[in-house]
Amino acid sequence: MSIILDHVSHIYEEGTAMEYAALKDINLVIPDGQFIGLIGHTGSGKSTLVQHLNGLLVPTKGNIYYNGEDIHDSGYNKKELRSKVGLVFQYPEHQLFEIDVFSDVCFGPKNLGLDKKETELRAYAALKQVGLEDEYFYQSPFDLSGGQKRRVAIAGVLAMKPEVLILDEPTAGLDPKGRDEILDQVAKLREETGMTVILVSHSMEDVAKYVDRIIVMNKGEVMFDNEPKEVFRHYKELEQVGLAAPQVTYIMQALKAAGLAVDTDITNIEEAKAAIIQALKLQR
Amino acid sequence: MGIIKTKDLVFEYIRRDEEGNVEGISRAVDEVNIDVEKGDFVAILGHNGSGKSTLAKHINAILYPTEGTVWVDGKDTANEEFLWEIRQEAGMVFQNPDNQIIGQVVEEDVGFGPENLGVPTREIWERVEESLKAVGMYEFRKHSPNKLSGGQKQRVSIAGVIAMHPKCIILDEPTAMLDPNGRKEVIRAVRALNDVEGITVILITHYMEEIIHANKVFVMDKGRIAMEGTPREIFSQVEKLKELRLDVPQVTLLAHELRKSGLNIPEGILTTQELVKALGL
Amino acid sequence: MLRDITLGQYYQTDSVIHRLDPRVKLVTTLCYIISLFIVDNWIGYVIAGAFLLMVIKLSKVPFKFMVRGMKSIVFLLLFAAVFNLFLTPGEVVVELWKLHITKEGIRLASQMAVRLVFLIMGSSVMTLTTTPNNLTDALEKLLGPLKVFKVPIHEIAMMMSIALRFIPILLEETDKIMKAQIARGADFESGNLIKKVKSMVPLLVPLFISAFRRANDLAMAMEARCYRGGEYRTKMKPLIYKKRDGLAYGVVAFYLAVCIVFGKVLW
Repeated sequence: MSIILDHVSHIYEEGTAMEYAALKDINLVIPDGQFIGLIGHTGSGKSTLVQHLNGLLVPTKGNIYYNGEDIHDSGYNKKELRSKVGLVFQYPEHQLFEIDVFSDVCFGPKNLGLDKKETELRAYAALKQVGLEDEYFYQSPFDLSGGQKRRVAIAGVLAMKPEVLILDEPTAGLDPKGRDEILDQVAKLREETGMTVILVSHSMEDVAKYVDRIIVMNKGEVMFDNEPKEVFRHYKELEQVGLAAPQVTYIMQALKAAGLAVDTDITNIEEAKAAIIQALKLQR
Repeated sequence: MGIIKTKDLVFEYIRRDEEGNVEGISRAVDEVNIDVEKGDFVAILGHNGSGKSTLAKHINAILYPTEGTVWVDGKDTANEEFLWEIRQEAGMVFQNPDNQIIGQVVEEDVGFGPENLGVPTREIWERVEESLKAVGMYEFRKHSPNKLSGGQKQRVSIAGVIAMHPKCIILDEPTAMLDPNGRKEVIRAVRALNDVEGITVILITHYMEEIIHANKVFVMDKGRIAMEGTPREIFSQVEKLKELRLDVPQVTLLAHELRKSGLNIPEGILTTQELVKALGL
Repeated sequence: MLRDITLGQYYQTDSVIHRLDPRVKLVTTLCYIISLFIVDNWIGYVIAGAFLLMVIKLSKVPFKFMVRGMKSIVFLLLFAAVFNLFLTPGEVVVELWKLHITKEGIRLASQMAVRLVFLIMGSSVMTLTTTPNNLTDALEKLLGPLKVFKVPIHEIAMMMSIALRFIPILLEETDKIMKAQIARGADFESGNLIKKVKSMVPLLVPLFISAFRRANDLAMAMEARCYRGGEYRTKMKPLIYKKRDGLAYGVVAFYLAVCIVFGKVLW
């Protein structure tokens, strides 16, 4: 059970003067249950890539398989695919349209042809999953705060019970606390359901804290695909393409250069703290 | 009195239900007193909904105080007579790069402000050129704004404000919708304005890295000024910032954690070098 | 699909036509359209065609761009031609079952076709060589005298130029919202008309909200930059007639005269 991308290329406006290769020969396997960070700066092809995973964009070349089936075979049920591979776009609150929060979340399951009872059960469960309190359910989505709107939009996708959840920069424009709340919620959700999560982000700090695999995109190609520590070891190459390792990695580099025997592969604060205290003890 | 000063500034708006009946009154800004000196680089921090944008809009006379007074260069913003002078002297850059560019060509957009001020044609061209050069966008002057990156669009917006020759520029979350590279570009341009041209800057943001270079920081919460001081003084209070839905740069946080576990490190570490030194390495 | 419409697409290059004052181009296009309806003989059409070819040549816009613009009106053209061909009474030339093709019909149909082709091409030359912004400026200036009658010319021109700036942004946004709703299982294609109209709600509501938010933001940004209508305003790129513009007006006047003399009076 997995998503497989086999030599996938995507060229926008092929055959015109505006021709532009957004994806170049991508090969990826995304097994069940992984938590993946997809990183790259604007224009690296990461948004184009995720829109291939649920069949919104059709590759110019190559094939995409979901659970062993080619999603662009004639007769393949795309609607079902989209319920299995849930895609939450950037600023998803801009797609809200219903008169109240609850109806908006019902939109997805209703489109799947589920009966009223099942639809409402799913909508309720999804809203609980994103941590929205009952008192907001019958308010207009437009009266909520930015962070709440975003939760509702994510619930709208969760209500389709996806096996894979893709979030395209879910924290854009939120304040630090709002950012942590959303990411913690996603991490918790993944723990509870075991679903595959793909987190598209600019922020290495955010990604390093949660994921077990990082895919770095650059100019339409996969530049690195490995566990976070391995990827951040290449911080110099990352810098060359306008990305960077988390700040804490640089701190560890500086400490090591100053003569403290610490591990430079560290990617989060807790590990860094433990390593520094340990190293200082040894030094004395 | 500084170039920007507020005294007991209060802004209230009336919430109405669907039928238009008054539901209640909200205070977005509550008894705010700030004083900004000429040439300062001031940062205003705060979580979403803390009232920081509402405060910013008062400085440009887009909103008027419910109570209290705002002065820009000694002029009361509530006085209709000074309206256009105030808007010229205190320029404003907004959050969404797409929704503040009026021109279809970069140079025409930068010329929009001077055109409104009635500046003679030849001088408009001079101002457009110098402003675009100041933000490093001169080579893009003939481009369509739609083809630019977010960071470039924001720099065009900043140029559009500089071309009006303001004394002070207020940036209302100019980097909130940008990627890390775009954020750096914009902050670099803003710092250059402050350092080189001596323009007073008021930067509103919730990205902590962006305020390190400010010489004064205000932190807002529930419409009030909750904290006030230099970046170092502010960053020394990690726990309080967290309560206010904010965070600190990773190096500050790491230093704070090390201090908590008993190491002798001062609060308010801002850079990696400072940490290395504090650890006695 | 939207890309196929040449009308309103600017072709960037440097030519005499590009450099002309947009007012000249606007007036010329108007005169040209009038000339097409003045002439009613073949000499007149030859003159009009020659004039058009000359301008196209001078504009340095590749001919295929003009032809591309024609694609969108092929249907209209065929419809008008067929309609005229079969339904004009007169001297019968060919008889096909119950349909008659008359001499007058052939004449009218070909006249109509030529007029339409020339008209579209003529306006395309204008839009291909003039930026939308310049056109708006020209309109504002030419219609300026209407201000006397309290017509808000400046505001109309400003609205047009803002609309032009936001069209690509809103198109992109439409695409994005559509994709987001498809990802939630929405279906914009199948079903009968009523179902289709209903399926547009999840697209239109967010789009309207977004458009209003943008309008609100933009209005605030304009005010913050001291915008207060057309009064007191100076222009960064004022329209000033140059020598070549006078010359161009002369050429157009001459062309009109020739059209009237040869295309109308003498036949």
